[in-house]
Amino acid sequence: VGGRGGTDIISTVEFNHTGELLATGDKGGRVVIFQREPESKNTPHSQGEYDVYSTFQSHEPEFDYLKSLEIEEKINKIKWLPQQNAAHSLLSTNDKTIKLWKITERDKRPEGYNLKDEEGKLKDLSTVTSLQVPVLKPMDLMVEVSPRRVFANGHTYHINSISVNSDCETYMSADDLRINLWHLAITDRSFNIVDIKPANMEDLTEVITASEFHPHHCNLFVYSSSKGSLRLCDMRAAALCDKHSKLFEEPEDPSNRSFFSEIISSVSDVKFSHSGRYMLTRDYLTVKVWDLNMEARPIETYQVHDYLRSKLCSLYENDCIFDKFECAWNGSDSVIMTGAYNNFFRMFDRNTKRDVTLEASRESSKPRAVLKPRRVCAGGKRRRDDISVDSLDFTKKILHTAWHPAENIIAIAATNNLYIFQDKVSSEMH
Amino acid sequence: MLSKGLKRKREEEEEEKEALAVDAWWLDPSHPAVAQAPPAVASSSLFDLSVLKLHHSLRQSEPDLRHLVLVVNTLRRIQASMVPTASLPPVPSVPAAPGMADNLLASSDAALSASMASLLEDLSHIEGLSQAPQPLADEGPPGRPTGGAPPGLGALDLLGPATGCLLDDGLEGLFEDIDTSMYDSELWAPASEGLKPGPEDGPVKEQAPELDEAELDYLMDVLVGTQALERPPGPGR
Repeated sequence: VGGRGGTDIISTVEFNHTGELLATGDKGGRVVIFQREPESKNTPHSQGEYDVYSTFQSHEPEFDYLKSLEIEEKINKIKWLPQQNAAHSLLSTNDKTIKLWKITERDKRPEGYNLKDEEGKLKDLSTVTSLQVPVLKPMDLMVEVSPRRVFANGHTYHINSISVNSDCETYMSADDLRINLWHLAITDRSFNIVDIKPANMEDLTEVITASEFHPHHCNLFVYSSSKGSLRLCDMRAAALCDKHSKLFEEPEDPSNRSFFSEIISSVSDVKFSHSGRYMLTRDYLTVKVWDLNMEARPIETYQVHDYLRSKLCSLYENDCIFDKFECAWNGSDSVIMTGAYNNFFRMFDRNTKRDVTLEASRESSKPRAVLKPRRVCAGGKRRRDDISVDSLDFTKKILHTAWHPAENIIAIAATNNLYIFQDKVSSEMH
Repeated sequence: MLSKGLKRKREEEEEEKEALAVDAWWLDPSHPAVAQAPPAVASSSLFDLSVLKLHHSLRQSEPDLRHLVLVVNTLRRIQASMVPTASLPPVPSVPAAPGMADNLLASSDAALSASMASLLEDLSHIEGLSQAPQPLADEGPPGRPTGGAPPGLGALDLLGPATGCLLDDGLEGLFEDIDTSMYDSELWAPASEGLKPGPEDGPVKEQAPELDEAELDYLMDVLVGTQALERPPGPGR
């Protein structure tokens, strides 16, 4: 993926439900879909690699004339629909509008028309002496993408999340203050299911940061807030889910209290585990695993880059403290992954409690190269290849990461480059 | 906005208890965070930095709400820490913006007052976040108050109704005979607010067709200058 202005910056990455397809969205409103090639008999050691399958322009910049505002075309999120026929479908969204795209393949074309010749020109009827049945002949694969639905005018504030329900008929979209429920086939209306906008905007102290449907229970969803809380809501309880069923919140650690406590507690991403039993959250310095049955505190907390705790003031100054990192589960919910700075990303094995820091860079990513674990040194004893905290590049952020639903294949977005790492044996952990 | 959080009537709000607890920790010399750096010195530059960030955020045509809310909440903590607990006089529970501005000016430096003045000036440009005046259609579910303490967010105060913030009610009476509607009016009502879908709402369509007759009439009146914002529509509309 090349670099051109800032429009190539990848803003979201998402595998489909089988892992055969990988979609990326970028700042310029484009979606690029990669497809995994089937393993070739000729090169048995080369597992299926991902090649570009389709590229299309999902969103264009828009101008809201009433408010005199430009609406960015940047794709905030992509979510795949479960495949129900030969076509693939996905939802893509910018700040204001969600679109449903249908992706179909055409690899055959009819030949042998009676009235038209090969170029499509009408035949001279006097030359037609017999009837033939047109036959389907193979042709070069053509991937066609068409917009099937446009879900507009549902949001006053900026959309940060979309999530397809397990019922495969509805989905939700969340902005800073509200969450709407849509039917996939109906674009002219949506139902508001969460509204945290206060009667007076001057009372606003908290916004919605992310939300997701439960993977199995179609009535349950969770949303996170800028104050670090998670609310699990049941749509069967009330039409408007302002009252949560469960509130997950960890009390502030008094020994770590600072002016920035709230900012670093703001949850930037929430993901249900594949099992549906746990939730994974990312805040500025940690990833946390929550058990749905325990609201008082997370069951596991992993430090992503605790060496930044003493640098919070500088990170506040340069706005890095507001960066929103995503997190991901592996297929078996045993390993979790999240990005960091300096093009580093981190993986935590929940069973062995071992963790690793890896780097997404051109040098480390030659084909078949094994990723070398990295280490950040925050003072104290320094090994040869350690990076010191002060030499970290804070402009190189891994905000978006995705894990194949079943295999050990991960997709890492590093600014305008996409890295896909895969292996058969378990990663080196230290 | 940036006044210290004191116990208020709405006791069910957890924020207040938290505010009370937070208010004191930096004064504890044995606290590790306090031991690291004198809070007063750190806070002053942090305060200025936060005000700058707030200013910058509000100047965006469409502010990032999350960034704004986090900066304002942080600013509250910092500002509260800069004023010694004992000497601050009790703050009225819902001060009007001018009153709050006074508090701010009294307790902070000239740079802040200059920032606040220009923020007040920018009020009319912050369309996206301003409350719709009463005549506009109901927005749907009123929204659960998220428990901010009433002095709340002075900055977001500025984003409240264009009317009440700028004009003290008493002063208004003096100018009753002067038609100031041309200078008061918010020309661009946030029409999309009226489009917020709710369970009981009808279909949400394109913005222009969805404005109902009353809203259109109101907008016309504002444009023609025959009606000040704060007065509800008269009979016969």
